Amino acid sequence: MNDEYIFEYLHMEMVDQFCNSSDSNDDINTAIKKLERLGFTVGQRYIEKSTKDIQRFKDELETMKFVCKEVWNVVYKKQIDNLRTNHHGVYNLHDYKFRLLEQMSHSNQYKEHAPKYLAFPCGFLRGALSGLGFDCVVTAEVTKMPACKFLIQIHHS
Amino acid sequence: MSRPSKPGDPRKVSTELFTLTYGALVTQLIKDYEDEQEVNKQLEKMGYNIGIRLIEDFLARSNTGRCNDFRETAETIAKVGFRMFLNIAPVVTNWSPSGDTFSLLLDPNPLTEFVELPEDKYKLNYSNILCGVIRGALEMVQLEVQAWFVSDQLKGDSSTEMRVKFIRKLEDAVPAGED
Repeated sequence: MNDEYIFEYLHMEMVDQFCNSSDSNDDINTAIKKLERLGFTVGQRYIEKSTKDIQRFKDELETMKFVCKEVWNVVYKKQIDNLRTNHHGVYNLHDYKFRLLEQMSHSNQYKEHAPKYLAFPCGFLRGALSGLGFDCVVTAEVTKMPACKFLIQIHHS
Repeated sequence: MSRPSKPGDPRKVSTELFTLTYGALVTQLIKDYEDEQEVNKQLEKMGYNIGIRLIEDFLARSNTGRCNDFRETAETIAKVGFRMFLNIAPVVTNWSPSGDTFSLLLDPNPLTEFVELPEDKYKLNYSNILCGVIRGALEMVQLEVQAWFVSDQLKGDSSTEMRVKFIRKLEDAVPAGED
């Protein structure tokens, strides 16, 4: 039924809790870092649970496809719309209608607030990939609300 | 994808996501506030904010009409509300003789599925967010209530019991977003 909505409510409230208790820019950055870290923990634990019964992935690209399809489907109820890569560890995930931004005005009025709502998802993605064996940096940018791009850079050692 | 993957029941997994996120949140709040009473307060406040928004969703989706008395309200919260958002149906019990207070027995409690409480955190009411949700949601339908936990399986009690007490009927709608 509707138990999936509860995650959105919780996320919205978490952003509020960490960001709105602070006024200055400095505090906002701390709040964003905190949300990112939270996302990382959750992503790592989540991926551990959800992949325990499936076999190993063939390569990096296949792992990424799994994230774009299966993981995105559970967390955001849709798949990533567009996945691009330079085949050297850089991936561009484009979501045309990102679920956690959808509730906001689609005009540019609140675009500056978007980073707060993307911190947890970035962390989650980084955590999930870390759990799958890839050390990476994840950033996000809003192209036009509610679309956004996640940029993943994988560190090859 | 070519892989014959079995990611499991998607609904179960999305509840797990919620459970994990909530756990990480509580951990962070404990770090931030270092005082369990304060964490309880913050969780209740967050729940309240969720409740005042969630009630709209609830009314829109559930098609339930007006409740005639507090007993019906209690049943609706347990059988429709909890089922809708957490996919559980707590037992309504322990009515006070005057009929203004009842208990919800949360078993199972999806919030605590992967949780163990350290012994020194005995003051923490881990699921306190639920008390806030109920208070916030009911306030939007003109009922002022108090909700609190009297026992918690995380603390070794035999049940997880939340008390909900009717305070009064509100005459005018209270503006949303009050802290």
